[in-house]
Amino acid sequence: MSASVVTPPSAGADLPPDAASGTPHAPVPTDRRPRALSAALLRSALPAAFRKLDPRDMWQTPVMFVVEVGAVLTTVLAVVHPGVFAGVVAVWLWVTVLFATLAEAVAESRGRAQASSLRATQQHTVAHRVLGTPDELRYGSRLADRPTADVPSSTLDVGDVVVVAAGEVVPGDGDVVEGVASVDESAITGESAPVIRESGGDRTAVTGGTTVLSDRIVVRITAPAGRTFVDRMIALVEGSQRQKTPNEVALNVLLASLTIVFLGAVATLQPLAIYSGSRQSLVVLVALLVCLIPTTIGALLSAIGIAGMDRLVQRNVLAMSGRAVEAAGDVDVLLLDKTGTITYGNRRASELIAAPGVPDAELADAARLASLADETPEGRSIVEFVERGADRSHAGQPAGVDDGDDPLLGATLVAFSASTRMSGVDLPLSDGGVRRLRKGAAAAVHAWVRSTGGELQPTSARGAAAAPTGAAAAVDAAVADVSERGGTPLVVAEQQVDATGYEQPARLLGVVHLKDVVKEGLVERFAELRAMGIRTVMVTGDNPVTARVIAAEAGVDDVLAEATPEDKLALIRREQAGGRLVAMCGDGTNDAPALAQADVGVAMASGTTAAKEAGNMVDLDSDPTKLIEIVAIGKQLLITRGALTTFSITNDVAKYFAILPAMFVAAFPQLGVLNVMHLHSSQSAIVSAVVFNALVIVALVPLALRGVRYRPSSAAALLRRNLWLYGLGGLVVPFLGIKAIDVIVSLVPGLR
Amino acid sequence: MGTSTTAEVWSAAATLATLLVVLAAVHVPLGNYMAWVYSAPRHLRVERAAYRAARVDPDAEQTWRGYLFSLLGFSAASLLALYALGRLQALLPLNLGFTGLDPAGAWNSAVSFVTNTNWQWYSGEAAAGHLLQMAGFAVQNVGSAAVGLGVAMALVRGFARSGTDARVGNFWSDLVRGVLRILLPIAFVAAVLLVAGGVIQNFLPHTEVTTLAGGSQNVLGGPVASQEAIKELGTNGGGFFNANSAHPYENPTPWTNLLEIFLLLVIPFSLPRTFGVMVGDRRQGWAILGVMGAIFLTSVALLTWAEVAGPGAAPHAAGAAMEGKETRFGLAASALFGSATTLTSTGAVNSLHDSFTAPGGGITLVDMMLGEIAPGGVGSGLYGMLIVAILTVFLAGLMVGRTPQYLGKKIGQGEITLVALYVLVTPLLVLVGTGVSVVVGPGLAGPLATGPHGLSEVLYAFTSAANNNGSAFGGITSGTPYYDTALGIAMLAGRFVPVALVLALAGRFASQGKTPETRGTLPTHTPVFVGLVGAVAVVVVALTFVPALSLGPVVESLS
Repeated sequence: MSASVVTPPSAGADLPPDAASGTPHAPVPTDRRPRALSAALLRSALPAAFRKLDPRDMWQTPVMFVVEVGAVLTTVLAVVHPGVFAGVVAVWLWVTVLFATLAEAVAESRGRAQASSLRATQQHTVAHRVLGTPDELRYGSRLADRPTADVPSSTLDVGDVVVVAAGEVVPGDGDVVEGVASVDESAITGESAPVIRESGGDRTAVTGGTTVLSDRIVVRITAPAGRTFVDRMIALVEGSQRQKTPNEVALNVLLASLTIVFLGAVATLQPLAIYSGSRQSLVVLVALLVCLIPTTIGALLSAIGIAGMDRLVQRNVLAMSGRAVEAAGDVDVLLLDKTGTITYGNRRASELIAAPGVPDAELADAARLASLADETPEGRSIVEFVERGADRSHAGQPAGVDDGDDPLLGATLVAFSASTRMSGVDLPLSDGGVRRLRKGAAAAVHAWVRSTGGELQPTSARGAAAAPTGAAAAVDAAVADVSERGGTPLVVAEQQVDATGYEQPARLLGVVHLKDVVKEGLVERFAELRAMGIRTVMVTGDNPVTARVIAAEAGVDDVLAEATPEDKLALIRREQAGGRLVAMCGDGTNDAPALAQADVGVAMASGTTAAKEAGNMVDLDSDPTKLIEIVAIGKQLLITRGALTTFSITNDVAKYFAILPAMFVAAFPQLGVLNVMHLHSSQSAIVSAVVFNALVIVALVPLALRGVRYRPSSAAALLRRNLWLYGLGGLVVPFLGIKAIDVIVSLVPGLR
Repeated sequence: MGTSTTAEVWSAAATLATLLVVLAAVHVPLGNYMAWVYSAPRHLRVERAAYRAARVDPDAEQTWRGYLFSLLGFSAASLLALYALGRLQALLPLNLGFTGLDPAGAWNSAVSFVTNTNWQWYSGEAAAGHLLQMAGFAVQNVGSAAVGLGVAMALVRGFARSGTDARVGNFWSDLVRGVLRILLPIAFVAAVLLVAGGVIQNFLPHTEVTTLAGGSQNVLGGPVASQEAIKELGTNGGGFFNANSAHPYENPTPWTNLLEIFLLLVIPFSLPRTFGVMVGDRRQGWAILGVMGAIFLTSVALLTWAEVAGPGAAPHAAGAAMEGKETRFGLAASALFGSATTLTSTGAVNSLHDSFTAPGGGITLVDMMLGEIAPGGVGSGLYGMLIVAILTVFLAGLMVGRTPQYLGKKIGQGEITLVALYVLVTPLLVLVGTGVSVVVGPGLAGPLATGPHGLSEVLYAFTSAANNNGSAFGGITSGTPYYDTALGIAMLAGRFVPVALVLALAGRFASQGKTPETRGTLPTHTPVFVGLVGAVAVVVVALTFVPALSLGPVVESLS
């Protein structure tokens, strides 16, 4: 029997779970992004788009810089030798440049809207600064009772200590050093449920701009004014601090070199043309160059980057660097905490095993009644489990509790006590008797049953093993089985006391199987991750047996059981030594080293300041499963870049077919057969190609901002799909587009 | 014409099939052997003697810079020696009475042979004595090929190694092993076979004899077979005689013709195997071989079609496009040789590319513009193709949602910069060279033809030089100071700038760690990837050269 000794369900009821860890997050992304483009957005972005035409800014994108130079050149030519053709080309080259800056401005303005709402939280509040020497402030106690001085929040510095009372706005980022309070963080997270912040432990961090709803806390400021979390957020979402990410820089190098190749090809075309007796006008050469260089991706590259960061912000994740977002796409190993990430925070009832001769319904009813007054999560889960079962059998009819009669009327609650290690309820019976229901660890309940002279054979002969009767044996077997499966067994028993006070022997009713329940949808999620080539490792403090059971159920690839923070750090180092990129999330101070070591470290906003400093992302929702979405966003960002680059390059084929015959058909009529699109005239062909080149940028802005559709799958499958879509699409679309534009352009008078 | 065309096609197919069967049989053992040569820790006795004589430590691993400096030093010394040999020919023995080469000509020839280009402005039988041929050109045929092999191996080691502080091997060891263990043994066997096939091998001077009919004929002599073997094996291409492999003393029969084609393809087509073995994943070698093979077969098919079908007015009138081709080989064997020589960096010819049909000439041009990667020169073909593969990985890798990596090596900013520069160098040399030459006087004096064909001739010259091919379109008077100098620059830059970039890349890869492959990594051994690499190679070339091509061969073909 000793094998079945298990710890009782957590005795001290936890604090009510705060918004962070308690909400069972569906793994479906909570997408609150606005529509990609709207007229208002475009209007507001237009001035910024014009400002960005400054060549000094333009230089950052070599491709578009070349277009701008071309636009200036053709404008000059159009002025010197006025003509419809030169004029139209000049105008459309300017339009091309403007579309590029507009794309970037629109991407930025979406973040700016978010920033302005954040800035509203930054109103200058009055802080009640505690007076005292630095030593007193650092080591003193009962700081709340010290005298305070009211100062503007903008003057606060690191190490200052402030008192914040109910209804007041926290004046700056800091750690709670005294007291406990519920705080409304909706200004930052958009989550309306208040959260608990208290001194000590892992929930000490408060953010400037949030509001204390109850109680009074003393906060030590950890960030100087102007460098707070919200300040950094604003800078990030506005893109003012945006640095090009490594892959973006690499892509830019490639685009620049392509530009140089085409510059060479077009520049040397003129001598060749002269030799061939068909000297080309500069306008035509510029038009050819602009059509060939990868303007589509060049124009949208920075918008894609900004939008990628923005997508994270929409999901309430703040990346401290773009590098981290890119790294997220490369992650090979995902470390996930078991509790709160893979399983709900607490053990839940998952199964009822009735003793022989006890109807299932009776056990269910008894288990529910015995748990009705139990406020522990385990107790509540039993009630929910039984009622869900009842729902299923009575087609929607809600079970007992809610229909009128309170089943606990006149009942005496028996709270969990360390001595009995059981809890339960004494229900009055209509005949004046009492029905005692108890649940608890197997050993404790067995002891109770035995003490009432219940179903266990009296241990008559000392030394002879007490052979349990049928019911007890079955219950023992069930207890052992549940333990083996990594669960926690709770035994339920009942004792009838009749009106005369005669106590019948107690009898065992059955076993409740409490277990860690894997969150819904996670199994599929892990399967997706596996398809993407990402290995998942579950990190838990549980023993290896329990850990493996949960791991198998959730479908994670590996387990780190009985893990200490050092183990976690060692695991990350080991994976990285093998060349793999590791992502993890954490909230505690002891997670900080691992967060710092990981390539993608997502700190929970509810976590400690140390954790937030160590990670390179902060999740404002404090949702550990968000890691999976972050990986998807990172991948989507890279795919969008790759897809548009491919599209941009394959576009050139059609443009050659449009422009080359147009340039040389006069000298070599036989080149007319290359005019496969049967474009109207040489000039209309060139203008059509230029116009298409500009319009395709606008057409792709929504795609750049939204990101291409990404479904988790293997690299080979993704490649096939995207090649078809953007490679073949890039080949075919311009033929159709240029032809369509040519039909319209040929109507313009003055274009031969 | 019907039956003769059918016969041509059948003979072409049979020749090609024979060639492919032999290549397929040889490339695995030869590839494995080369992997062993460049990985084996022990030195042969003769090699140790060479190292002692040269006072180099063959076991000292060099960084990419050290490797490059050694390589440049060796090449500079070779260049000077060859220049001196050419200039001083009149003073040296076995000169057959020829004078020294003029400065521009000596420079051009020295650069040409040291860069594995073997562009020849001169006629071998009218300018180069036996000493210059043997001690000069033939030695460089071996040396420049071994240099190319070494660079390719350095890059492969970069992929295979990790965290080595940019160490990519030892140049001297690679050079000596390439010469002694690979090139010379095979060349020896090949030379014997060629002699058996009728190629001459003697030290006789060229003598004028009076024929029975009373006319005079120049009977040529020389150590031709030995030079012929390494000319093909090392993808050099510099002929002993002006007519190159069209000359009966160099290439007497269809049988020797096939042997020569085999020789110039065998090492380049075996290197993917070497690569696969050395990086520990043979599938990667198969993929590279797949791309090379696909492009090669496409080119052969197109060129054979162009020559056999003979589109164009003149061939039509004549019945077949036989102008400039040897009747003992016929159309198909000429086309096969043409494809093989321009797709490798050989440049030997058994027919006059200038006389190919318009589309045919265009195809040989495009073959070279591809960067000679299918299968390419000895060594240079492999590293050129790997550069295209890296470029492909960079584009396609993004589309699978990861920062790109090839064989576990990340393609970051530094890597892509080197790749981008590599891709830039040769096209710019070709385009700028051509562009300048068709407008300046001395340039315009070169081409014999005018109009589009004249443009093709100049374009071909610079494409051949910058890509280190060395084949001549003919029809261009290139032995002028202008072309000697300009093409010399193109050859020199077209060889050593890419080599330096490749070595730098090798160093970066060797220093990097290795990222393990997962299902999320772009697979680089699948047919999809093979197709993609081929497409990238073709598209990049097409986008760069289409304007120039459209004014030359395209216009010619359409007229």
